[in-house]
Amino acid sequence: MIDAQQLHVRYGQEKIVKGVQLRLAPGETLALLGPNGCGKTTLLKALCAIHAPHAGSVQVDGQDLFTLSAPERARRIAYVPQQHRLVFAYSVIDVVMMGRLASRGLIARPAADDFAAVHAILHRLGLQALATRSYAALSGGQRQQVLIARALAQDAPYLLLDEPASSLDFGNQLRLLELLAQLRDDGRAVLFTTHHPDHAFVVASRVILMQAGRFIAQGSPAQCIDRDQLARLYGLAPDHLERTLLAPHWSTHGAMG
Amino acid sequence: MKGRFGLLGSALLLCAVTSLLLGRYQPSPLEAAVRLWQGLAGHPSELWTVIVELRAPRIVAAMCIGAALSASGAAYQALFRNPLASPEVLGGLAGAAFGAALGILLGHTLWQVQLSSFVFGLMAVGMTLLLARLVGIHGIVVLLLAGLITGAFFTALLSTAKYVADPYDKLPAITYWLMGTLSSVSAHSVWLTVPLMALATAALIGLGHALNVLSMGDEEATTLGVPVRATRAWVIALATLLGTLSVTLAGMIAWVGLLIPQIARLIWGADNCRVLPASALLGALYLLLLDDVARTAFTVELPLGVLTALVGLPLLAVVLRRAAVSWAD
Repeated sequence: MIDAQQLHVRYGQEKIVKGVQLRLAPGETLALLGPNGCGKTTLLKALCAIHAPHAGSVQVDGQDLFTLSAPERARRIAYVPQQHRLVFAYSVIDVVMMGRLASRGLIARPAADDFAAVHAILHRLGLQALATRSYAALSGGQRQQVLIARALAQDAPYLLLDEPASSLDFGNQLRLLELLAQLRDDGRAVLFTTHHPDHAFVVASRVILMQAGRFIAQGSPAQCIDRDQLARLYGLAPDHLERTLLAPHWSTHGAMG
Repeated sequence: MKGRFGLLGSALLLCAVTSLLLGRYQPSPLEAAVRLWQGLAGHPSELWTVIVELRAPRIVAAMCIGAALSASGAAYQALFRNPLASPEVLGGLAGAAFGAALGILLGHTLWQVQLSSFVFGLMAVGMTLLLARLVGIHGIVVLLLAGLITGAFFTALLSTAKYVADPYDKLPAITYWLMGTLSSVSAHSVWLTVPLMALATAALIGLGHALNVLSMGDEEATTLGVPVRATRAWVIALATLLGTLSVTLAGMIAWVGLLIPQIARLIWGADNCRVLPASALLGALYLLLLDDVARTAFTVELPLGVLTALVGLPLLAVVLRRAAVSWAD
């Protein structure tokens, strides 16, 4: 279990995450919703030791996250970043193979079983046709899928994904949700941030709503995601959702009408 | 991929053996084989001395320096996430050049000059790391800026050393050293440094997969299981050792560390598990061939550093045109 207690994270003097408590258990899929800049990404980065907390603690299976070695952390927690910049034109296999480093060791070269594992993951995600393509030449959505494949290659029990569906088309969003459900059923713990409340409804066993660095609500999707909560979370007027999403003239005359 | 490595290794071996026969005195392969056999049997001839004591150390030095500069260039490029980084990026080569100039200025013997060059090369990189630490922000950009400052500082010291040097004696010696040459390489210094260079190059090659991950940036490397600071420190230490040992042996050999990894990436792709060994082999072959030209093309030997610049720059322009296409984002 990942157990964060009274977690505070700062950028310089600015407080980003303000005393949150979070538990993520195996077999659980947790969706984190919140407006831009509320601290979701910072929280995820603190949970995988990219950012050291200013105060509070993060434990993984009863051990302090920051006392674990880097390879040991990577064997337990895999992270899919939201944005990412590549300098060299690595192939898709090269990128996914990077996920195997923690299990191989720092100076070991990838072996036959690593290549077999990487190909199996690419096959599972339907990416085998891209295997030898240059990662830089892929679309944003394909890159996002490759990064998910890299995280799976780490074979870690805890998976943190930062807006994994942000660049995916509708079909790939559905495939991603299926994959997250499969990972949950495999006994892995999944925490993902999203701007799609419907995704949380489809796949999450628990939802956390985050605003200005604090959790304002958590519970099952049915408990947390309703008109009033969403309006409160995103700073909308209570009838805003009806006025925009459910307005009848949108469907009869089109948005421009 | 293995076939290409085999081909490159065979070409290197063939060129090394052929290079033993090249020079003012050019024996036939049969004559050389007979004389070498006689030498091994305890009857060394003049040709034995030329081949074993003069040419062989120089050929080994050329290959080792070419491999060392290319492997360290490739490692720096991955570490600094910049395909245009080169071994002088942390100021080590400028420090080593000043160390050699200071040694010549003070009238030291060859090995003392080499030692001075080596010590100042390490000192310069130490200064860069200290400067970056004093700034207090950990990151590649701060390290690069600190390297720029250290490099400029030691270049200024080098200019001062040249300014005060005796223009009839010391200044030509310093200038000749800075142009880079293998003509003054002694067998003793080669056999002393080559094992160290081979070990450091092998260690860098071993870190190829980790360098792939490091080239994704510190945050991603952390989540993928690389102890970023420790690994970066190891790569810098190994690459610095290779760069300064190269200057120690042969003076300033320019552009090899920048050019060769680009060619390796064009042929083998971006994976550092392949780029590093390919750069080492290609660099060894490249410098061996250029040194053959340097010592045989004209009656007067050309400075190797000048030749690597004259050949390397147009080649770099051609290679960059193709390589830039493969650079991502």
